[in-house]
Amino acid sequence: MLRLVSTVSRPTSTGLLGKVVASSHTQNCTRRPFSSTSPKQADITLTVDGKEVTVPQGSALIQACEAAGSTIPRFCYHDRLAIAGNCRMCLVEVERSPKPVASCAMPAMPGSKVWTNTPLVHEAREGVMEFLLANHPLDCPICDQGGECDLQDQSMRYGSDRTRFHEITGKRAVENKDLGPLVKTSMNRCIQCTRCVRFANEVAGVEELGTTGRGNDMQIGMYVEKTMNSELSGNIVDLCPVGALTSKPYAYHARPWELKNTESVDVLDAVGSNIRVDSRGVQVMRIQPRTNDDVNEEWISDKTRYAYDGLKFQRLTTPLIKQGDRFVAASWEDALNAIATGLAASGAKDNEIQAIAGHLADTESLVALKDLVNKLGSDNLALDQVNGTSSPVHGIDIRSNYLFNSTIPGVEQADAILLVGTNPRHEAAVLNSRIRKSWLHTSLEVGLIGERVDTAYGYEYLGADAKALTDFVSGKGEFAKKFAAAKRPLIIVGSSLAEHPDGQGVYGQLAKFVEANKSKLVTPEWNGFSVLQRAASRSAAYDIGFTPSKKASETKPKFIYLLNADEVDPKSIPENAFVVYQGHHGDIGAQLADVCLPGAAYTEKSVTWVNTEGRAQLGRTAVPPPGAARDDWKVIRALSEIVGSPLPYDDVLTLRDRMWDISPSLVRYDITESTSTDVALVGLKTLSAKANAKVSGEKFLKPITNFYQTDVISRASVTMADCTKAFVKNEKEEFSNLGKGPQAAFA
Amino acid sequence: MSLLRCLSRPVFAGARRQISTTAATRSDALFVHRDTPYNNTKIAFEFSPENLKKAQQVIARYPPQYKKAAVIPLLDLGQRQNKGWTSISVMDYIAKLLEMTPMRVYEVATFYTMFNREPIGQHFVQVCTTTPCMLRGSTEILDTVCSHLGGIHAGQTTKDGKFTVIEVECQGACSNAPMLVVGDDFYEDLTPETTKKIIDSFARGEVPKPGPQSGRQTSENSAGLTALTSKPYGPGEFCQPDFQ
Repeated sequence: MLRLVSTVSRPTSTGLLGKVVASSHTQNCTRRPFSSTSPKQADITLTVDGKEVTVPQGSALIQACEAAGSTIPRFCYHDRLAIAGNCRMCLVEVERSPKPVASCAMPAMPGSKVWTNTPLVHEAREGVMEFLLANHPLDCPICDQGGECDLQDQSMRYGSDRTRFHEITGKRAVENKDLGPLVKTSMNRCIQCTRCVRFANEVAGVEELGTTGRGNDMQIGMYVEKTMNSELSGNIVDLCPVGALTSKPYAYHARPWELKNTESVDVLDAVGSNIRVDSRGVQVMRIQPRTNDDVNEEWISDKTRYAYDGLKFQRLTTPLIKQGDRFVAASWEDALNAIATGLAASGAKDNEIQAIAGHLADTESLVALKDLVNKLGSDNLALDQVNGTSSPVHGIDIRSNYLFNSTIPGVEQADAILLVGTNPRHEAAVLNSRIRKSWLHTSLEVGLIGERVDTAYGYEYLGADAKALTDFVSGKGEFAKKFAAAKRPLIIVGSSLAEHPDGQGVYGQLAKFVEANKSKLVTPEWNGFSVLQRAASRSAAYDIGFTPSKKASETKPKFIYLLNADEVDPKSIPENAFVVYQGHHGDIGAQLADVCLPGAAYTEKSVTWVNTEGRAQLGRTAVPPPGAARDDWKVIRALSEIVGSPLPYDDVLTLRDRMWDISPSLVRYDITESTSTDVALVGLKTLSAKANAKVSGEKFLKPITNFYQTDVISRASVTMADCTKAFVKNEKEEFSNLGKGPQAAFA
Repeated sequence: MSLLRCLSRPVFAGARRQISTTAATRSDALFVHRDTPYNNTKIAFEFSPENLKKAQQVIARYPPQYKKAAVIPLLDLGQRQNKGWTSISVMDYIAKLLEMTPMRVYEVATFYTMFNREPIGQHFVQVCTTTPCMLRGSTEILDTVCSHLGGIHAGQTTKDGKFTVIEVECQGACSNAPMLVVGDDFYEDLTPETTKKIIDSFARGEVPKPGPQSGRQTSENSAGLTALTSKPYGPGEFCQPDFQ
């Protein structure tokens, strides 16, 4: 039983949202018991290993030691989780303390003298290590953690070179738990650091994970048989300092020293999580998070982490030309010529040439495609979403109208959040963990307008449609009063709202509300009007103006160019139109096409991605594209030559110069550029002008019904299909039997 | 050399080497839940009206936001109502009552050994075997209990379901060692004979008088008093006449 965990978990948090919402009494009496974020206090100075170091008051001793450059071994301590102090590995010697002190659980005191490298400390570490290893199986050669195991590394560094335990009574045996298709458990190896328990309870919101039993019998689990249903469950694999929790899809596939690490950016949602792509040869073996406090901290969602096996299946590896009712492989030259011929034969002119950009289109190829289509005299640039063929309701002239203006770390400063037509848990799982963190530790109030969902934190449910918003805007209801009283209110608008028939009216009402409360919502320090995009390419598409003109959106296209567009409604494509699909997976888009051009997936190209905050980040090539597939922008460049309107850039640097011309923010990497208050207000004015647009009162539906399958990569992924079965359809499956049944051809 | 090889072959074939030779140490209890016909989430449990009233009193002792502080007394109440053991339904019910995540209740229930997560007999005999009792002959007492109940072992229940015997750690009655606990009552200063008597009377359905079985008053010196032997003085004695 973990004291710290039980204090953070609020009684009415997960799965009980009906209760949270229903009874206001519950709401009042279950206020968060403790505020664990203490205000920043004065700095203190202490001496570590003879070196003076200054740290903020309230820091743990281990942080002071780190600041002084002394490495402290640890298993249970993790700077993003609550302190447990149960592994005892971080013992240090403190002056006038009779015993070694666990530095993670000891506050740094002014003037104290600490030693981390004395015989006493060495002996203490060796002793702790000996006890940890007493029950740890010696199966390192077959353990997936081998090579990146904290226990292995630290026992080499700090442990004794021989054992005094001769295993007369044997080693502790604990049965393995079934946590679902993602996390493999080998509980004999567990050293009970409880990092996974703390992560699940504090960050992921899975309060079913805990410790049962006591002493030597203590074990990690859920007591009852249950899978770990969370979008962030993969992170416990990273957190586990030993091989007790390992990745199931990656099991026995590779060793860490065989892998090439490429730092890149995730594209399966619009957060732009920083990732490290681990590849061996031409295969992506796994995806790990990369720390970036401004975006994803240290976490990534399970889709980001585990959808990589989708990169192996359903790939387009060679250009294809449709002949009759089947595709025939062709050379690049033939395919591009076929497109030129098709374009001429279709008779498409001006706006009859349409380009549709999908979720996974990179910024470079969007720019190239827009330039090409514009060169061919068309303005018909559509996006692969509902109402994507008309100009978006929020417009694209002012950036703050479609970006997440508060920025992702800014979410933690908000003291009241209104979610409109969005479920951040599925649209941006990592962002959702920040809201949960803030909800746990501060007095944050959350309200939701839209479909009822389990968000992993309590919220006040305001209604499902535009009427609820009208009520909120007019100040009706308790939440509206709380929101009005908040110092840093935040409105998070879901991307699906722009696709909703009431989008115009809703945006208008919200903009009007924000304008009326601009002293709080739009200030130089704080912009509380944020739009949460869910497609990686969307912000970039808006930034470069990849939207149709009014005239173009009314034109029936004769030639359609699908760039990674796989959500298109086949009915929306005219019967006799000539369709080109460029992308990396054979999904819906490719089926509709007359010519398919194989492009590169996000791990195979070095391109710019703009996340929902408008933060441009550079993805990097980890593996080469398969077969004849090529970088997307190069394909478009080559096509422009064949259709007779060559684009003026031959390499990626000149292309990025062109991007600079369009919008400098596209190539200013890793930063967000905030919109100034005045400009943001102008943007809001354009929206609020339409506040009186008619609303149908149709309910706001969540855009993502299955978190695990939202794009071509995750739809092609076997792991994601398993997750869908286990978590979305709740089909009970014996995952341990997976290897025994009939196998897919790839295995 | 070849002869040697011929000789050695059958030896190797016979004695296959095990890859793992480490023995596994298993816990004496299960720390995960397994659905059984007598213990599963579908069995309903609810406090009786009297117990619910008691539970509300317990909950009222704590501030409303710390309702979960009542988890241990409530689990005890639930265990008493549920024939001496805490089933998964009891834990789930208490979690619901205290608005806790069920896992937090499971953690508590598995941590404390006095919550029985398996059914027990009608009389729950707990024999203390910690050092003071052991020095005073608790091994013999335990053996007597076990053999008198038909040769069961500690941790087992008799076939008729009347008695469950377990070894427990110190109950804090060391001055009256050896001792055993039946239900909530302590039986102290035991000898094999008195132990048998106690078991027999429980078997007959009687409740023997709890406390020391040797006849001494609580934990007074068994050899008679050595101090405070005179009559204790009453109120008013040795006072000024005015106050008498």
